[in-house]
Amino acid sequence: MAVEHQVQFDRTIEADEKIEPRDWMPDGYRSTLIRQIAQHAHSEVIGMQPEANWITRAPTLLRKAILIAKVQDEAGHGLYLYSATETLGISRDELQEMLHSGRQKYSSIFNYPTLSWADIGAIGWLVDGAAIVNQIMLQGTSYGPYSRAMVRICKEESFHARQGYAILMALAKGTDEQKAMLQDAIDRWWWPSLMMFGPHDSDSTHTEQSMEWKIKRISNDDLRQMYVDQTVPQAHYLGCSVPDPDLHFDEESGHWNFGAIDWDEFWTVVKGNGPMNRERINHKTKVWDDGAWVREAAVAYAEKQASRSTKIA
Amino acid sequence: MTVATTTNTLVGLLVRHADDNTILCQRLGEYVSGAPELEEDLAVANVALDHVGVAMHLYEYAAELDGGEASMDNYAMLRSEREFTNALLVEQPNVDFAHVVARGFFFDVYQTLLWAQLSASTDERLAGIAARAFKEATYHLRHSRAWMLRLGDGTAESHRRVQAAVDAVWRFTGELFVAVDADSELVAEGIGADVAALKPEFDRIVDATLEEATLVRPSDPYQATGGRSGMHTEHLGHLLAEMQWMQRTYPGATW
Repeated sequence: MAVEHQVQFDRTIEADEKIEPRDWMPDGYRSTLIRQIAQHAHSEVIGMQPEANWITRAPTLLRKAILIAKVQDEAGHGLYLYSATETLGISRDELQEMLHSGRQKYSSIFNYPTLSWADIGAIGWLVDGAAIVNQIMLQGTSYGPYSRAMVRICKEESFHARQGYAILMALAKGTDEQKAMLQDAIDRWWWPSLMMFGPHDSDSTHTEQSMEWKIKRISNDDLRQMYVDQTVPQAHYLGCSVPDPDLHFDEESGHWNFGAIDWDEFWTVVKGNGPMNRERINHKTKVWDDGAWVREAAVAYAEKQASRSTKIA
Repeated sequence: MTVATTTNTLVGLLVRHADDNTILCQRLGEYVSGAPELEEDLAVANVALDHVGVAMHLYEYAAELDGGEASMDNYAMLRSEREFTNALLVEQPNVDFAHVVARGFFFDVYQTLLWAQLSASTDERLAGIAARAFKEATYHLRHSRAWMLRLGDGTAESHRRVQAAVDAVWRFTGELFVAVDADSELVAEGIGADVAALKPEFDRIVDATLEEATLVRPSDPYQATGGRSGMHTEHLGHLLAEMQWMQRTYPGATW
């Protein structure tokens, strides 16, 4: 029986068809997806914090409105991705608990602080831009609910990236102070956004198996190269440089070659010692704990209503 | 800068309502990523977005009438505490979820009644803005009223907290229905709303909701006023310091 299931699963993957929640799947496939989609959901939710940090200080009403809309989208993406994770047989409360206890991760990029208004533009352009490169690939992922979530989320993310770039264009055309703010943001967000694609293929523990299962369709290094190739000209168009003395265009390959990534920094942040790791989780758990009485009230009220309607019936 | 709001009473009316929406948006903006569950973060952001959207339309119209240096962002970002004419209710701090709900509920009841009346304004542009705002306010009220019931008739703790919030903000509700003298001509012309006339319906909706939520209407008759003439609580200054920080720090920059 198990062998037949495995054969059917392999055939579905081989034929580039989707695995659906009711289909049999190997335990490793299921746990890999839970880890990956939950991490993605957590990233959307934790990612609300560095951006919400600027809602109250957005420089104009229009920028404020756009930023609120963006953070609202991220809450929506979080909900959507938690639902996709729940199709794999795990509850949102369990996922929440694993985030709070540190057993599940979120994207390390959100452990960096937003220190100026330019950072809001840089997050839209660089961080959401990197997310899009990854998510376009994931539209073709083998798990149906995840693939469909990505199609929908990609549409909104490309709006986010555009609004981020629009913020930066305004700075590029602005005063010397604004230009300095812009360059400073790029200097701080450039390397962390390259790290968003994860370790080199040779050091990535999950890549090979994920590629076989077609959860992942393109490797970390290839995605990173695509991202650098599309992003460097955009930085130049802003009149800015990226903080990499080794960056140069390779005429032969047609790619931008870039310098060595500081993997010590990457692992330091992944392991919990980035600038904002503790603040992000502390805020999340505090809000969750502070809100317990509200969630309890909603449950109690629903139960009262249910018993009332039973009595009436 | 000083915006000449007294030269045109319609400008005064538009700016006053826009100030209400801007300040409440700002308060809700502080709360995004702080709500008790993700669905509520989404709802809070959504309501905040509606409020700033209406504010932008109102300020924009006011700026056109006002002429000169007036602009949407100059109203929001470059006026002082004494120049803001928002009601005291909307500048009150978030405190906890019960306060966010109670403050929102009272304001939502008021705004559904206000926009319903202004959507029949003889000023077509104002009527158009109000008609859109009315739809949004109806949705806001459905949401805040549902939470009044859940919290009031939920657990002992939620009941205690939401009653405390109702007691705390109640004294800021009366001001919403105090007519501004300058408006009398606009009301007579069918442009503005007779806010005092909205009070009985406000009381009816509030009383019915409080009763269903097993909450008590505060008996203290004291009602604070002053927001409409720029006499605010101390909360507003801090809120504006944060909201206006960029425009004050980088004067004249374009964003």
